[in-house]
Amino acid sequence: MKRVFDELFHHRDLLYMLTWKEIRIRYKQSLMGFLWALLMPLLIVGAGVLMKEAYAFASHARVDWADVIGVAVKAVLWAFFVSAVKFGASSLISNANLVTKIYFPREILPLASVFSSFFDFLVAAIFLSAVMALSRVGLSIQLLWVPVIVLILLMITAAVTIALSCANLFFRDVKYLVDVVFAYGILFTPVLYSAKVFGKWAPALLLNPVASVLESINDVVILRHAPSLWLGYAGGFAVVGLVISCVFFKKAEPWFAQEI
Amino acid sequence: MTNSAIVFQNVWKKFRRGERHDSLRDLIPAAAKRLFAGKSTEQLSSKEFWVLRDISFQLERGESIGVIGPNGSGKSTILKLLSNILKPDKGITRVNGRSASLIELGAGFHPDLTGRENIYLNGTILGMKRAEINAKFDSIVDFSELHQFLDTPVKRYSSGMYARLGFAVAAHVEPEVLIVDEVLSVGDYHFQEKCFAKMNEFTKNGTTLVFVSHNLAAVSSLCQSALLLKWGEQVYQGDVRTAVAKYCAFYQEEVISEEIELLSASLTDADGQSREVFDPGERAIFTVTMRALQDVSNGHAALLIHTPDGQLIFDTPTSWHTDKTVTLKKGETVTATFRVDLNLQNGVFLLGLTVRDAFIDRNWYSNLKVKQVVMTGNRKSNGTMFLNPEAELVCEREQIVNMGTTG
Repeated sequence: MKRVFDELFHHRDLLYMLTWKEIRIRYKQSLMGFLWALLMPLLIVGAGVLMKEAYAFASHARVDWADVIGVAVKAVLWAFFVSAVKFGASSLISNANLVTKIYFPREILPLASVFSSFFDFLVAAIFLSAVMALSRVGLSIQLLWVPVIVLILLMITAAVTIALSCANLFFRDVKYLVDVVFAYGILFTPVLYSAKVFGKWAPALLLNPVASVLESINDVVILRHAPSLWLGYAGGFAVVGLVISCVFFKKAEPWFAQEI
Repeated sequence: MTNSAIVFQNVWKKFRRGERHDSLRDLIPAAAKRLFAGKSTEQLSSKEFWVLRDISFQLERGESIGVIGPNGSGKSTILKLLSNILKPDKGITRVNGRSASLIELGAGFHPDLTGRENIYLNGTILGMKRAEINAKFDSIVDFSELHQFLDTPVKRYSSGMYARLGFAVAAHVEPEVLIVDEVLSVGDYHFQEKCFAKMNEFTKNGTTLVFVSHNLAAVSSLCQSALLLKWGEQVYQGDVRTAVAKYCAFYQEEVISEEIELLSASLTDADGQSREVFDPGERAIFTVTMRALQDVSNGHAALLIHTPDGQLIFDTPTSWHTDKTVTLKKGETVTATFRVDLNLQNGVFLLGLTVRDAFIDRNWYSNLKVKQVVMTGNRKSNGTMFLNPEAELVCEREQIVNMGTTG
């Protein structure tokens, strides 16, 4: 594991350049430019509002602005997770000419996808912060948890992406599996709703570490209280997952050029 | 041994023929099978074959080796093993020191990015730091000679420009070990020469070089030793000229003729030493002995020289020198000797022989590739002809012009 970090540190300029390349290409010759970073979160928020309206209609309640912001906060994180994993899963395949021609630590490729999606996340997050500031969603000391929560999500995303990129190199159907899972994943993850609506079954939902992360961000930003112990679970998952997927990746790495 | 720049010891590498299970659905039964069979990596399964068998070589700092052989002999596999892209199935590969491998020029260029952006991208891929690229940026651009296209996306570059930019970046990595595949075949003549000069400069400055090429002339002028491969096995390792000669021997053509049979052919230098590699302007002696399979009359033999792409550049029949033709009875032999100054350079030329009726246009025997000669380059001229040039520059006013170290 230490070797992985040493190698990564040694190649940090390459990681920076490849991330920069991904971002540059995404925004070059594109019609919408930075709006791309907002598109997916906005769509998710739209879906969330629609769902809440339907729910409110049935139960004669009202949807307030705080609900919309609540969905938006989670949507931004979820959009990051989805786009990073989707791009990252095919990162080794789409850079096949590099993988077969030049040696560098291969985990840089999925990581570059993660970081370039993270850049989009930052754009969306800044936009969202501005909206929240304007609509006077109150500050609280609990906001200090936000960087921790984001870091945990970043690590989970990196772990998942590294493992899937490697799996996808050997088995091309992994990518389709990812597409299918993500098409319905949003229904199994408390993005548009809150895990609490399931009462005693909520923990089953929170076993998904991304769900725990999303609940935690809702706790600290909207409800303004400290996150539950489930955040600790997500953190543990992130560390263990990252170690396992790196070890797995490094074991498979010598076969990449041959099997791609 | 630990101080050697490159250690490549008893290396075996196998590849798989045909398709592998590429989806999870196929894997599960196959994996189960493998688990129970418990096969070791040192055995071949029915679909596998060795691409390299027991290849060894070792280079000290500043030494250079050329790897030659026909297509599919495992040359590129050696480079990929050296650059850590592949792992050997058996044996040891080790490279000590910063290495740069040019397996493909401009690998990692992104077509939508500009030349400037790709210099940074490609440079970091090849292992440079950004600060280092900043420092060398001007020199890279100068070398590539692409100043006015720096802000053009490389997708609009010609393949030659692409290669120039790729080599320019690679040339500035300043590696201790340089691993080069057949990458210089694109790019115009001037640029190829520039690349060779740069590689020469590297080896002089103590860079260890492993060079794979079909350009035998380049191999002979750049490398101290050579490794000749055929079907993954070592045929010869050692002196470059011997290796080139043995390689050329793979290609001796079989020619069937009803009238004339070629018994022997030799190519030597003026001292009678058998050679394949010559420096421009050297005198060579080409001797052939033939036997008549039928009675033939009024014949002569001619030495033909072709470029590898089949252009005839020289033809000299014996009768134009001796003013006579020969008449042979069945079974008689005759020897023809041609002495020529090889005023050629930079490449491989084919020495052919035709034996024909001197009066009517009829060939009895024709073989365009009896021997092959590899001409080295020289520092004073380009092109395929060597005209032994001299040049001077006289100015009205005394000037001191520093050309730097190019060439």
